[in-house]
Amino acid sequence: MHPAWRWHLLLLVPFVGTLWVPFYNAVEPSIGGVPYFYWYQFLWIFISSSLTALVYFATRGGER
Amino acid sequence: MNGVNGVALAVFCALFVLVTVIGFVAAGWRRADLDQLHEWGLGGRRFGTVVTWFLLGGDLYTAYTFVAVPALVFGQGALGFFALPYTIITYPFVFVVMPRLWSVSHKHGYITAADFVRGRFDSGALALAVAVTGILATMPYIALQLVGIQVVLGAMGVEGTGWMADLPLVIAFVILAAYTYQSGLRAPALIAIVKDTVIYVTVLAAIIAIPAKLGGYGAVFAAVPPEKVILEPPRPGTLGQFSAYATLAFGSALALFLYPHSMTGVLSSSGRAVIRRNTAMLPAYSFLLGLIALLGYMAIAAGVRNAPAYANGFRQYGPNFAVPALFLYAFPSWFVGFAFAAIAVGALVPAAIMSIAAANLFTRNVYKEFLRPACSGKEESRVAKIVSLVVKFGALVFIVLVPTKYAIQLQLLGGVWILQTFPAVVVGLYTRWLHRWGLLAGWAVGMGLGTLMAYLKGFASSVYAVTIGGVAVPAYAALWALLANLAVAAAVSAALNAARVPLGRDATERADYGE
Repeated sequence: MHPAWRWHLLLLVPFVGTLWVPFYNAVEPSIGGVPYFYWYQFLWIFISSSLTALVYFATRGGER
Repeated sequence: MNGVNGVALAVFCALFVLVTVIGFVAAGWRRADLDQLHEWGLGGRRFGTVVTWFLLGGDLYTAYTFVAVPALVFGQGALGFFALPYTIITYPFVFVVMPRLWSVSHKHGYITAADFVRGRFDSGALALAVAVTGILATMPYIALQLVGIQVVLGAMGVEGTGWMADLPLVIAFVILAAYTYQSGLRAPALIAIVKDTVIYVTVLAAIIAIPAKLGGYGAVFAAVPPEKVILEPPRPGTLGQFSAYATLAFGSALALFLYPHSMTGVLSSSGRAVIRRNTAMLPAYSFLLGLIALLGYMAIAAGVRNAPAYANGFRQYGPNFAVPALFLYAFPSWFVGFAFAAIAVGALVPAAIMSIAAANLFTRNVYKEFLRPACSGKEESRVAKIVSLVVKFGALVFIVLVPTKYAIQLQLLGGVWILQTFPAVVVGLYTRWLHRWGLLAGWAVGMGLGTLMAYLKGFASSVYAVTIGGVAVPAYAALWALLANLAVAAAVSAALNAARVPLGRDATERADYGE
């Protein structure tokens, strides 16, 4: 196995953050009238995308 | 609706004409020999990061998605929001898996997932199962894109009686068929750039202007019945909506890139890095989809359901009319035309790619495999072009003659079915331990069980509750079926491998996967 392989474990984090419903099935704390349930999941778009970008930069080695 | 909305229709038609011109001009873009299937059906595998981003965005986030997701939120509340986690977690999965598929396909000239399965497992039968599943799952999906066009045409008051009622839809589809035939994948790739731009503008306008009109997001959420704002928590004896929500998101995320049209988008890219970069950039569309889902709540807050002006639309199209009604309520006519064009063009891009993908599958894995093994590249390309026409007209006839609800039910089944190709395609990318006949047996069991579960729910829902240790676990039927599929595939493979039944010759090597 490539040593860079361990970076890929970071990609499991969004699965835990978005699929474990008890983390976010609540109305409060709401922001600007938007319940927690919604802004929490929106937030994960940015976290997941950033993690993917991080893993991309950490593991790319001469790829086209 | 009383009469035709002239201003909206004029703007709508202008955008439609623009897109049509682009579709035909696309044939000359990065000119190459369109008589080769990989040129016509994969754009020559030369799309870079930006084009791939537009293409996949236009391909995966379809018009039907833009109508149906808010409709689901409008009708069911928080449960319909699973589309957001679904389109978040699909990308980390794609990041890991799809570059392998790209590499091996590039090396061996594979155009479809079934091509890969054919080469990997040396089994025409297993490849046929994968190809047929892909075609079956795609057909109703194409039909539903037409529903998106139908709804917005209806909302602009374009109505008729008898066969005249379907004429605008037929015209739109004939145009689509003509430029897809001529330009292949290049047409939707170029049109996607226009489509995505128009959609972004529409949605940004909607999420700023509409809440302002309704009194802010606080007022929007306050109008939603409290029990719909979050999920129903588990009670003794059942996991409630929690397991349904998570499994719908997870199962759909695994299934998304098994669809032939997603596969076509991935394989048409110019390299592994293009795919990886896109997995970090495509979530921009997920953000858009989340905002679009919230339109369902804005439609509740705007009270469109009980407004007499929209009663006819809701009677005809059900909750799918929620977003068009909201736009009619909130926007001036010219912008309504712009927004509706976004939805209609949003239907054309995926419909084109889906018909190309289905045509590639038929040509490579049915026609060439079983009917004309010696056919030339030119003949392949010709057959694919004709099949793309047949597929589109099949979808058109289906939507004109058969009630929409059957297309919706079939599309729901399509998601359950396509996930059953996971063991052969995705597990197959990593190991050859699963035996070709074991995979075929697992596929058959998964297809049967998934269809049975949907049938037991009257094809109205794909969530099926299985009782485990006295607790009901409602979960996505596609995942239950996949568990059975994997169990059967593993058990049969263990038996066949122990009995030393021939595995067939693997045409691929470890190095082909590019890791």
